[in-house]
Amino acid sequence: MKKSLVLGLALTLVMGLGVGCAPKAAAPATEAPAATEAPAATDAAPATDATAEKIYIPIISKGFQHQFWQAVKLGAERAAKDYNVEISFEGPESETQVDKQLDMLQAALAKKPQAIALAALDSKACTPYLEKAEAAGIPVVGFDSGVDSPIVKTTAATDNYAAAALAADKMAELIGSKGKVGLIVHDQTSKTGVDRRDGFVKTLEEKYPDIQVIPVQYGEGDHAKSTEAAKAIITANPDIKGFFGANEGSIAGIMNAVKELNKKDIVIIGFDSGKLLLDAIKAGTVAGAITQDPVGIGYKAVEAAYKAYKGETNPEFIDTGFKWYDKTNMDTPEIKEVLYE
Amino acid sequence: MANTISKNDSKVVGVPKKSLFSAENLQKFLAFGALMILLLFFTLASPFFLTFDNIVSITLSTCVNGILALGIIFVIITGGIDLSIGTVMTFSSVMAGVTITNMGMPIWLGIIVGILTGTFCGFLSGTLVSRLKLQPFIATLGVMMITKGFSLVLSGTKPIYFSDTPSFRQITAGSIIKFGAEGKYSIPNGIFIFLLMAVIAAIILNKTKLGRYNFAIGSNEEATKLSGVNVVKWKTAIYALCGAFAGVAGIVMAARLDSAQPALGQGYELDAIASVVIGGTSMVGGEGTILGTVIGAFIISTLTNGLKVMGVAQEWQIVITGLVLVLAVLLDTLRKRGNK
Repeated sequence: MKKSLVLGLALTLVMGLGVGCAPKAAAPATEAPAATEAPAATDAAPATDATAEKIYIPIISKGFQHQFWQAVKLGAERAAKDYNVEISFEGPESETQVDKQLDMLQAALAKKPQAIALAALDSKACTPYLEKAEAAGIPVVGFDSGVDSPIVKTTAATDNYAAAALAADKMAELIGSKGKVGLIVHDQTSKTGVDRRDGFVKTLEEKYPDIQVIPVQYGEGDHAKSTEAAKAIITANPDIKGFFGANEGSIAGIMNAVKELNKKDIVIIGFDSGKLLLDAIKAGTVAGAITQDPVGIGYKAVEAAYKAYKGETNPEFIDTGFKWYDKTNMDTPEIKEVLYE
Repeated sequence: MANTISKNDSKVVGVPKKSLFSAENLQKFLAFGALMILLLFFTLASPFFLTFDNIVSITLSTCVNGILALGIIFVIITGGIDLSIGTVMTFSSVMAGVTITNMGMPIWLGIIVGILTGTFCGFLSGTLVSRLKLQPFIATLGVMMITKGFSLVLSGTKPIYFSDTPSFRQITAGSIIKFGAEGKYSIPNGIFIFLLMAVIAAIILNKTKLGRYNFAIGSNEEATKLSGVNVVKWKTAIYALCGAFAGVAGIVMAARLDSAQPALGQGYELDAIASVVIGGTSMVGGEGTILGTVIGAFIISTLTNGLKVMGVAQEWQIVITGLVLVLAVLLDTLRKRGNK
């Protein structure tokens, strides 16, 4: 009798799995027939109607829970609607999980898509799969940090160097082109970290000789670590005039540090958005920030993938844009669009 | 393989009770049956699931987690836990990277250094747990952080690439078995390493003194000690063995990524523990099978891959995987209650 209980439970497990999938299965079910017909469509295109030509483009990002990636997803979905393509959006839970991203890329290739959009965690590790895609005639486009490979012909991303240079100009303007400026950057290895650091530091050094840049500290984009780093800088440089945080986590750290040390006269400039930063700008503790256009990144990535599938050539680098925002313009529609909480 | 192992198990555990024997078979049938049903389900749900390439994908993504699970099952059978295996794996791959790329040593030496690194970390955990009587959870949590830190320090927080030694990648990605025109269907070596490790683990667990003492310690540590077994020594050896498996996983991972990624690894121990548990091993200790663990690892990667290929939203993939884990453990608990 006990055994039948166990067996019964086993059945529940299996059924539960089925049910667990069911509400979702309904959605893929509508896709599935289209997807099944897609390969057949090449053989019997005239026989079937337009739905058979549905184009499928998987998007593999560097994350999915983060607000930023959700905004990218939104843009991708918008482009999918405009170009009438089917998309899926996936990314590993943490940016260290290189192998999990490879699994996603593999699963995406198994579905024989028309094109793939990829933001690689490690371009080299992706190489064999990129080669597989090339051999199968599936174009791959890069987005965000892109893919460093000759197989990937185009990348839709923010010009981070130029964006950080704009932050530097704004900083100089706000502190009167004179005094000490510090910055917290998320890391010294990723392209976004390097470009934002160099864009900010070099612009200040070249254009504003009276501004002294305090050596860069890195906080791994972690709120707590960035806080410690920012506090150390402020303690060592009590006369600091301005502070720049190169991503959401870095700027959160600077805001914490300023709060904990009760230094109200420092001009703070941030990067990206997020609720913390937006509230701080509204309250006036942060002067303003540069925002990327994550919605644009997602949109342009799908657009480029679609064009690549159609055989059109894309430029090597598609700038997806960036904007300066502060208290005065953050409620205008064009800025509000690209901010996320 | 299923039969021989189950026979051995009953011999090793030394409990020839009929009911347990059949219940054990039932458990194995459950795990295996669940895997088969999953495969069938996904095959029906997506036309892309049951293709040669995709099955190879699933197997390849099982390798690293599977090898980690094969190691940690020894520790779990003692009633302990090793939280450090994910980062020990990474530390091993970083050490291999340092040896091969930074120091220019031959590949075979790098592999040995990697596996020895893992073994040493396991030995360290084992010493802390058995000789110094620290709780396994805390001791291995410490080792987890220590190895994570060392990986970042030694690599300079950057990935170490094996660009100068292209043959290193062949360890996992290469293929000694190919068929079809121009090797169209090739099976990556990583899969064979995984199967080989499974056979080794099965032999150690079922045919050696270490395996016998492992079950004995897990069933009743005090009684084992009183009957004259040097529990401290054997427990240390078991943790070291677990570390050695993590070392092998590190090499397989590094070869797959063609690089040692120093920040990766944390959280991978949980997938390994989940594989062991889904495979029907109890966290209380004293029992467990290698075949079950292998099937458990396959269930996790099949589920992950299948849901992706089906196009299930990522949030839901996590929910479903969690449900399967909970149900598997619940089943196991009910089965045991049934035996009493």
